[in-house]
Amino acid sequence: MPETLTIDAIQQWLNRFASEITTQADWLTELDSAIGDADHGTNMVRGTAAVVAKLDDGSTSTVQELLKAVGMTLVSTVGGASGSLYGTFFLEMGRNSPSSVQLDASELEKALRAGVNGVIARGHAAVGDKTMIDALEPAVTVLSRSLADGRQLHGSIAAAAAAATTGRDSTEPLVARKGRASYLGERSAGHIDPGAASATILVAALAASVGEGIAR
Amino acid sequence: MNKLINSPKTLLADALRGFAAAHGQLSVDFENRIVFSAAPREGRVALVSGGGSGHEPLHSGFVGAGMLDAACAGEIFTSPTPDQILAAAIRVDTGAGVLFVVKNYTGDLLNFEMAAELAREQGIEVASVIVADDVAVEDSTWTAGRRGVGTTLILEKAAGAAAARGWSLEKVHMLAERIADAGRSMGAALTSCTVPAVGKPSFDLPEGEMELGVGIHGEPGRKRVPVMSAAELSHVLAETITTDYDFSGKPVIALLTGLGGTPLIELYAMFAEVSDRLKERNIKVARSLVGNYVTSLDMAGCSLTLVGADDEILDLWDAPVNTPALRWKD
Repeated sequence: MPETLTIDAIQQWLNRFASEITTQADWLTELDSAIGDADHGTNMVRGTAAVVAKLDDGSTSTVQELLKAVGMTLVSTVGGASGSLYGTFFLEMGRNSPSSVQLDASELEKALRAGVNGVIARGHAAVGDKTMIDALEPAVTVLSRSLADGRQLHGSIAAAAAAATTGRDSTEPLVARKGRASYLGERSAGHIDPGAASATILVAALAASVGEGIAR
Repeated sequence: MNKLINSPKTLLADALRGFAAAHGQLSVDFENRIVFSAAPREGRVALVSGGGSGHEPLHSGFVGAGMLDAACAGEIFTSPTPDQILAAAIRVDTGAGVLFVVKNYTGDLLNFEMAAELAREQGIEVASVIVADDVAVEDSTWTAGRRGVGTTLILEKAAGAAAARGWSLEKVHMLAERIADAGRSMGAALTSCTVPAVGKPSFDLPEGEMELGVGIHGEPGRKRVPVMSAAELSHVLAETITTDYDFSGKPVIALLTGLGGTPLIELYAMFAEVSDRLKERNIKVARSLVGNYVTSLDMAGCSLTLVGADDEILDLWDAPVNTPALRWKD
C-alpha cells in the first residue's frame, strides 16, 4: 500500500508551521527590518494563528476544502505581499488536491508543485530573485526527483526540507529583484530573504509532520 | 516618541470610528475597513482604491461625489486584503463595472489582482490602473518598478469626474491609464517617520541631513545629502522630474504634498520655488494643489507631482467634487 498523508497529518503540519513561526517570529522580523519593513514575523504570526483557529473549528472535511480554507485565511489575515503569496500557495494546492481525506505521495507532489507554480505566477519571481521561491522551487524539485528515484515519501520530504534550507541560505549574497527589498538595490545583499526563511519553516514543518503522520 | 493614540493596536479602528463620526455623509464598514459612498449612482462606473494606512487623507479622504466610491484601508503601510477589496467592489458596483486604482507596490498589486479575480468570478466587471510615478526609483525589470505616489490623487479626481459623467468602464480606464502615463513625482524627507506599532523611526536620519527620493513607507531614497534650502531642493526635484518626462506644450497639474510633518507655510515657500523652476523651463502650470494629501505618517518633507494634462483632463479636474479632503463646486 502506498504511503499517504492523512488530513490529520496535514492539520498537524499547519499547527507545527504556526508554532514554529511563533518561535522564530523575532528572527523573521529582524531579517525583514534589514531589507523590508520589519513586519514579516508579526504578520505571519497573525496569519498562522488564524489558520490554527480556522482548523480547530472543524468546518473542513476534505483535503481540498482544508487547503482552500487555509489559503483564504492567510490571504485575509497576513496582508501585504506575503498574505497573497502564501494564500495563493495553499489555494492552488487545494485546487489540485482530491476531495478525499488523504494524499498519496504523488498527489502531495502534484499539489505542492501547483502551489509553488501559483506563487511563481502570482509574484512573477524566479529562482535568484531573492524571494520565497528560492526556498520553495528547489524543495519541490528535489521532492519530485527523490520520489521518481523510488525513495519513500518521508525521506523525500526530508530531502526537500534540506533543499529549502540551502535555497534560503543562497539568498544571502543576492541583490533583491522583487518586492520592497528591490528598492535597496545593492544594499539588499548580505541578508537572508525573510520570505525564503518562512518558506523554509513551512517545508521543515511538513517534513516533521510527514515523519510522524504517515499512514501505511 | 509621543503619539496621540489610545494604543497602536486600535489606532486604525479608532481612526475609522472618528472618520465616521466626522463625515456622516459617508458610510464605514468597520469589519472590512472600507469607507464608501452610499449615494445612489445608477448605472455608473465605480472607483475603488485603497492601500496601507498612514497616508491620509489618501485614500479614505477622497471618497465622495466626483471621486472615489470606496477606499479600503490596510494596516499601517500594509496593503488591504483581497476579501476586503472584493467586499468594497460588491458594495459599490452598479453593474457598470469597477475601476481599481492601485499604487505600484508588490503587496498592493498582488492583493488587488486577487480581488479582481474574485470579483470577476462573481460577475463584476473589473479594470485596474497602476500608478508608478516615482522617478526616484529606477524603472527596470530588476526592481519592483517605480512606486505610486501623488499622481494617484490627480487620477482619482479626474477618473471620478469621468465616472460621474456616465463614461463607460473602458473609457474611464483609458483616461486613467493616460493620466498614470503622464504623471511623475519625487519626494524628499527631512525626518523619518514612526510606525506606532514599531515605536521608533523607520530609518535613522541625523539632524542636518535629508533623504532625497524617499518613498512614502520610510523606504530609503536615492541618496543622503546635507539639508537643502527650499530653492536648492526645488532645482533637484524639478530637474529630475522634467528630465524624465517631456511636459513642454502641455498644461500641467502640479501637486506639492507635504509628507505629514511639514507645516503648510513651508510647503507654500517650497511651492514658490517650484513654480519659478517650472517657469524657467517654460512649463505651464494650469492647476495646482498644495497641502498634506499623500503623507507618510509624521514624516517631514514634501513630494512634487506633475501630470501632463490636456483640456479634457483639466475639465475633469475642475468638475465638482465633494469629499472630506477635496471639495469644490463649478
